[in-house]
Amino acid sequence: MDYTQITPDEQTQMLQAIGAGSIDELFSAIPEAIRFNDLLDLPPAKSELELQRDLSEMAAHNLGPHNMACFMGAGAYDHFYPVLIDQLISRGEYLTAYTPYQAEASQGSLQAFFEFQTQIARLTGMDVANASMYEGATAVAEAVLMAINTSGKNRVLVAATLHPEYRAVINTYLDELPAEVVQLDATNGCISQATLRDALDDDTAAVVIQSPNIWGLIEDWEGCFKAAHEKDKTVAIAVFNPIACALLKNPGSCGADIAAGEGQPLGVSMSFGGPYLGLFAAKKQFTRKMPGRLIGRTTDTEGRPAYCLTLQTREQHIRGAKATSNICTNQGLLALRATMFMTALGKEGLKEMAEQCYHKAHYLADAIAALDGYALKYDGPFFNEFCVTCPKEVTEVIEAAKRRGILAGVAPHGRRMGRIGDPNDLLIAVTEKRTKQEMDALVEVLQEVGQ
Amino acid sequence: MTTFMEIKPTTSQGDSKSNAVVRGARAVEPLIFEKSVAGQRAVDLPPLDVPHADLPEELLGDGINLPEIGQHDLMTHYTHLSDRNFSVDGNFYPLGSCTMKHNPRINEWAAALPGLASLHPLQDDTQIQGALRLLYETRCFLEEISGLDEVCLQPAAGAHGEYTALKIIRAYFKDNGQPQRNIVLAPDNAHGTNPASCSMCGCSVNMVKSISGYTDLDDLRRQIDKHGAENIAAFMITNPNTAGLFDSKIAEAADIIHDAGAKLYLDGANMNAILGKTRPADFGADLMHFNTHKTFSTPHGCGGPGAGPIAVRKEFAPYLPIPQVIMADDGSFSLDRDRQKSIGKVRSFTCQFGVLVRCWTYISACGPEGLRNVAEKAVLNANYLAAKLRDVYEMPYFDPENGRFCAHEFVTVPEKLLAKGVTLNDIAKRMIDYDVHPPTMHWPVHDCLMIEPTETESKPTLDRFVSVMLNIAKQINEDASSLADAPTDATIRRADEVAAARKPMLIWE
Repeated sequence: MDYTQITPDEQTQMLQAIGAGSIDELFSAIPEAIRFNDLLDLPPAKSELELQRDLSEMAAHNLGPHNMACFMGAGAYDHFYPVLIDQLISRGEYLTAYTPYQAEASQGSLQAFFEFQTQIARLTGMDVANASMYEGATAVAEAVLMAINTSGKNRVLVAATLHPEYRAVINTYLDELPAEVVQLDATNGCISQATLRDALDDDTAAVVIQSPNIWGLIEDWEGCFKAAHEKDKTVAIAVFNPIACALLKNPGSCGADIAAGEGQPLGVSMSFGGPYLGLFAAKKQFTRKMPGRLIGRTTDTEGRPAYCLTLQTREQHIRGAKATSNICTNQGLLALRATMFMTALGKEGLKEMAEQCYHKAHYLADAIAALDGYALKYDGPFFNEFCVTCPKEVTEVIEAAKRRGILAGVAPHGRRMGRIGDPNDLLIAVTEKRTKQEMDALVEVLQEVGQ
Repeated sequence: MTTFMEIKPTTSQGDSKSNAVVRGARAVEPLIFEKSVAGQRAVDLPPLDVPHADLPEELLGDGINLPEIGQHDLMTHYTHLSDRNFSVDGNFYPLGSCTMKHNPRINEWAAALPGLASLHPLQDDTQIQGALRLLYETRCFLEEISGLDEVCLQPAAGAHGEYTALKIIRAYFKDNGQPQRNIVLAPDNAHGTNPASCSMCGCSVNMVKSISGYTDLDDLRRQIDKHGAENIAAFMITNPNTAGLFDSKIAEAADIIHDAGAKLYLDGANMNAILGKTRPADFGADLMHFNTHKTFSTPHGCGGPGAGPIAVRKEFAPYLPIPQVIMADDGSFSLDRDRQKSIGKVRSFTCQFGVLVRCWTYISACGPEGLRNVAEKAVLNANYLAAKLRDVYEMPYFDPENGRFCAHEFVTVPEKLLAKGVTLNDIAKRMIDYDVHPPTMHWPVHDCLMIEPTETESKPTLDRFVSVMLNIAKQINEDASSLADAPTDATIRRADEVAAARKPMLIWE
């Protein structure tokens, strides 16, 4: 089914109205030499019933958090979200609208994005937020570009404890530009003020520090950003976890100039890595340099509140090569999901969720650390993720857990993690969804493997 | 009062407005923050089943001031907001260059299947063979449709695809001893993302003139001579182009650019017009991106998420970002990270998986005949509208008597109507009064409307649109000033966008 609706009779009438003898005539601009006269070599059309069968079968071939207890994190987290989000987001008025170019026909999404910007600004403690970016890593890379543009400098200090894929994306985004990426090495899993001060110079455009970092550890944002600000115009970029912001000190309260991060924990399913939701917030002075869509509140001609896309002169469709970014689409539907998620959980609910993550993660960490042969890799404070060193190679541990229906965690030594850890390291994330029973089962597996 | 109410909707409900429009007409919907009531909650969590851990005071924040709302009021709020949106489901939405086709709901069902939606991006390949098979098949589908050799599914959107492809072109030339090739040529009616993507890659962009909507090949040659053939990296072109025309000389343009040693990049925004009719590889494209949210019916979602897979010729394959989904001889699937020359990562994890599930589902539903029919009906619908409107709305590029048809969209510059004293904006805002989403405006040329009906609209819908446009023209001819206060029948009157930009209020305080 191709979803077209023109009948053969109608086609005849329409061709007549056009003054064309055939459909082929409408395509006469395509010269014969480059016309494709065969059928594409694709599987024959499937009915919806066949699609339902085939897709169900493909989905059934996967193991994952839908039928296993998931302790994997490292940038994607298995959080709870209420069903009402799916129900609301399925409304065609949200699903099938586009970028709200026409304010009078798009007040619904515009107002919701304005609510989103406000919630993200409050969550991060920043003055302004945009209406979303592609995902976390590109949001951070765009933050770095913005820092280079606004500071007029070109050295970027990036924490070694930033997610390795985020570091990789920053490298890709900067490698053709007159900019230099310098890695800040970690001490006991975190960036020390001393390391940072040694690396800072007058040409430093930005300092990028993630907290909780890739090891789950809480970094000294306050101290580091204070050091960064001793240099003129150096921009402090905080890479944050939105759930942690509900409990811990947020980027704004620690002195960040830009907060960028992954919004997936806010009601977006893990969906094998995408689509996700890039979050981007900043201090007021950066407003006109920000990438992405911005929604502003204004009035209509009768004085009623109205919302519209604003400051579009920053954007590619007006400024072309001089735009602040090439970004065009945002992640509208996922920004709406996050808005509804934050509203549904609310002030107390989101904090409670963050607290549960914290307490459960610490319960599990304590239990594992008490096992023979296991230890926490780092002793600094952490939020809902931590790294343990196992008595055996981690692949063996992960395999054993898999047989018990548990996704034990992520191996930092793996290639997909850029080989940041040791072969025996296991990175474990705990969300509010994990029960005591599941955690005890994981501890039992680890104990058995360790013997 | 003008007479535009006379031909109000010809929907199945007769002349009455839909419920959504009536509900949407409420004067003001307060912000969710204004509805907050301390202590209200929409959902709860189970009690904590482990002991409290020590939580050092110095780590704690001050709490986040999020709204507090009960579940019913939350549902009401976001239902009311949805009523205040035009959408493909509820309205004719001929936004040119955006391909606002119907979004089949089987796609949504598929993406939400727990065995797909729940997967963690770092799971072992052995656990997710179904997901990898789906991605591999999507790769193969897009390779066949483009005629190119290898598809990379990673880019998050069309502009991201452009960026990725340009990085690949740069890496290719550097690797082949031609690092000086950093000038990109693009037609003067290119999408704004084209030059913006170039500057992010450290390339400079130079515009090539177009004449009557077509690229001026003489100017293309002049630009190459002017900048030196040895310095040109690529020519970025959209075909069918942004004027809604298939450029018959595309193969010649490809030859010119190839003779200069540079590459032809195709912005695939307008693929809907040529699916199964010609393939980018056949007309000389070396690299291209798809917009799945345009061509393959993945929903636009108020702005996203989209996906921008790229397709490339063999010689560029070593430079694709990692990881790449591949199939082994035994029929198993895996994510390959062994590409020494890869440009690296352009995003976290693998791809816009949930979007690509929808894309796979759509292509599978259509099949090869269906995809060709999509292009044929998209072009038929656009030409039909153009033919019905051309007497009143001038069309600089549409001349069927001389065999000059449009592709899947067309441009009108309604000079006669504008001469009566209305602005293009007046016309657009009056369309809203008829429940029609205005087309793309002022692009690719000033004072134009770019209209793209898509293949999924029925003839009655197209005919109603014709009536609306002719009726608006009639109003202009009778009393142009009557459009100045449009829209009169929307949820709000005209929004003051100038004030919004002058003193931006971006968050609620």
